[in-house]
Amino acid sequence: MLREVLGSIFKKPATNLYPAQKLEMPDKFRGKLKFYPEKCIGCKMCMRDCPTNAITINKIAENKFEAVFDLSRCIYCAQCVDSCPKKALEPTKDVELAQLDKNKLRVVFSYKEKSR
Amino acid sequence: MLGELFYIFIFPGFIFLIIFSLTAEFIDRKIYARLQNRVGPPWFQPWADFIKLLAKEDIVPAESNPKMFKVAPIFALAAAISAFLYIPLWKTDALFSFNGDLIVVLYLLTLPTLAFFIGGWYSTSLYSRIGSVRCMTQLFAYEVPLFMGILSSALLADSWSLKGIAVFYMAHPWFWLFNLAGFSVSLISLLGKLEKVPFDIPEAETEVVAGAFTEYSGRMLAFLRMTLDIELVTGSALLALVFFPFALNVHPALGFVIFMIKILFIVSLIALLRTVVARLRIDQMIDFCWKFLVPLAATQLLLNLMLKGMFLR
Amino acid sequence: MHNSEEFRIPIGPQHPALKEPEGFSVALKGEKILGVDIRLGYNHRGIEKAAEERSYIQDIYLIERVCGICSHSHSTCFVQTVEEIAGLTVPARALYIRTIIAELERVHSHLLWLGVAGHEIGFDTLLMYSWRDREVVMDILALVTGNRVNYGMNTIGGVRRDISLQQAQEILKAMDILEERTKYYIEVATNETTIIKRLSGVGVLSREDVLLLDAVGPTARASGVKRDVRVDDPYAAYGELTFNVITDDHCDVYGRTVVRVKELLESYKIIRQALKNLPAGPIAIRAPRKIPAGEALGRYEAPRGEDVHYVKSNGTEKPERVKIRAPTLANVQAVKHMLRDRFLADMPIVVAAIDPCFSCTDRMVRLAEQGSDKSKIISWPSLHAYSIEWHKKQGIDFSELNKKLAARLAR
Repeated sequence: MLREVLGSIFKKPATNLYPAQKLEMPDKFRGKLKFYPEKCIGCKMCMRDCPTNAITINKIAENKFEAVFDLSRCIYCAQCVDSCPKKALEPTKDVELAQLDKNKLRVVFSYKEKSR
Repeated sequence: MLGELFYIFIFPGFIFLIIFSLTAEFIDRKIYARLQNRVGPPWFQPWADFIKLLAKEDIVPAESNPKMFKVAPIFALAAAISAFLYIPLWKTDALFSFNGDLIVVLYLLTLPTLAFFIGGWYSTSLYSRIGSVRCMTQLFAYEVPLFMGILSSALLADSWSLKGIAVFYMAHPWFWLFNLAGFSVSLISLLGKLEKVPFDIPEAETEVVAGAFTEYSGRMLAFLRMTLDIELVTGSALLALVFFPFALNVHPALGFVIFMIKILFIVSLIALLRTVVARLRIDQMIDFCWKFLVPLAATQLLLNLMLKGMFLR
Repeated sequence: MHNSEEFRIPIGPQHPALKEPEGFSVALKGEKILGVDIRLGYNHRGIEKAAEERSYIQDIYLIERVCGICSHSHSTCFVQTVEEIAGLTVPARALYIRTIIAELERVHSHLLWLGVAGHEIGFDTLLMYSWRDREVVMDILALVTGNRVNYGMNTIGGVRRDISLQQAQEILKAMDILEERTKYYIEVATNETTIIKRLSGVGVLSREDVLLLDAVGPTARASGVKRDVRVDDPYAAYGELTFNVITDDHCDVYGRTVVRVKELLESYKIIRQALKNLPAGPIAIRAPRKIPAGEALGRYEAPRGEDVHYVKSNGTEKPERVKIRAPTLANVQAVKHMLRDRFLADMPIVVAAIDPCFSCTDRMVRLAEQGSDKSKIISWPSLHAYSIEWHKKQGIDFSELNKKLAARLAR
């Protein structure tokens, strides 16, 4: 033990200096969801399978849909991504989702907005 | 008069002591963290902790004896601060010095433990009471080897005053090398006094929350923590003085710096020791102290008596 | 307590030794423990009931959150049980991937335990080191499954994500690092005097007691009982892999430490084998949304011991009943036995040594339910009456069955 302990004086600390040093998430990370309104056909399978009712698909016009995510409810299981038959949903690497204002946790992907 | 007040309150008295002990706490925590491959606290962390605690509300449990509960931390802090005034910081002269001040310092260093016991006992919390009883039980185990270790060096020097010890080792520069067994015994016993791993039994957080300190909050907790920090510095200073009495015959400023380095060396040794061991149980601790440390200290005493008989007639 | 020598101290529901709320009331005489009363139920979340209200797909994610550490264990156990009812044949590749994730989870759980055990005996350096090394396996889990905890890997009929060749290389690399570290921990556990002093002879549970109290997992194996679902009733790909069941004869906390650390080495072996023999093919088959009526009992060797799930389906999208028996419930009785005549200082490590997960356990041991609209406590008879009424509304009537039972008992 003593040797290991003395050795670590000369080692760099194992601590990640977050938030000064940002962490890189792996490629398939299940973070905040992204919605492609132009692909959505409004089958609402995602709504049906969501364990926490975090996602709502609204019909705004014929064949035009918008998605409303309640990030405070979402558990980031990405089941909706699997359930979607048209791949209109996609998980991103975005994990820094903490907000002081509860309203900011409601994310709307409307049809007009160009998917970013 | 004014000069004396300056010495007592500012340098090398209270203000200096507080700054130095908080620095020592930082060094202890930083080394502990680095040994564990962590980053550790920034330099102002002990200050931030201390100031934050001072600003917090004092809560006195309704069941407790308020007088005893409140007086214990102040009593502990006063005793620990006074002990430091007898430590010679440069060359051989302390602020106060008389024949027998070594015993006084040891006695003053015992007082905080008694104060912890009283404070914990009168706060009437069950965790505090178990903690205070452990405090006392532990006191009887580590105090004897600590005294035997330190006094063996004094015995060699044939003086009960810190000044006398320093003067002796100035005249006989290499004799401190014989005291290394006594030094290790005293260092380990000091861990018991400072309630640090492996002897942090009185405040083992996974068993009795914070032991005697469980019910303390705010200013009184700040005083108790300051007491432990000052005990760390004073105890290390005492050990540095008694066991590493070299490089005393230099310029006062240089001597002061060397002495500070010696203290910090002992603080780092304590940090290292508490990194590599687990906490013992109280029965194992008493066994260890009486079956291992005391015989070792007794051997040291015997060795010193023989040395005295052979070389110092 | 002023006059009597005996007194009781509460360890929990809020206490630094416990990572989750749970009540232990310890009767003490000085430092000696006379007896322990355990009160479960501070962490009850009504998960079984909630599972009956959700579809099978939603339930996977709910059941996964029974426990934060063995999330894959619970979801695999549930999914296996449902697959058995539905009569699905899961592709071999999916079974292998489940096995790999299960073993990675065991590695992370055992390393976590090692750190907690270190902390409980005041050895924080061990905590810092083993949790630092645990990050390696956490990163691998995030890489493969997409999250550090609650992997979301299982789905009914297979797994949701494939392991690519590159990921397999990463896993193998991590296994090499971890194997070296684990060998170091074995060295630490066998050489460090203070650790051995604090662990050996503490929390003794003899072989007979294990059989009597039905302890499971490493707690049982440390007393020389060869009890491991992976071998006794192989599931996933375990039947095709070779590994040893680690047992130990110390019967104490030291033995449990040794068993866990050695099991880490077995886990690396299993993961390497599984990656080498990973069959090609699909990772999932399509499962029906409605599971045919039937019932099944699933067993699974979680890092803490045997996990049992019972699922009853009635041919709809939602299960009729889900019952979970977490390993901690099987082990918690043993704690009481282990603490008899020990010291207070042993209490944290003995409790920690079964690797308790009270949020797993507490799902079903709540006696009083809080009324939702009015804040009154429903008594047991009225709760019973309410449940009969509720089941009647769902079209289930046990009154006939009860009469038959009563008649049989009278006979």
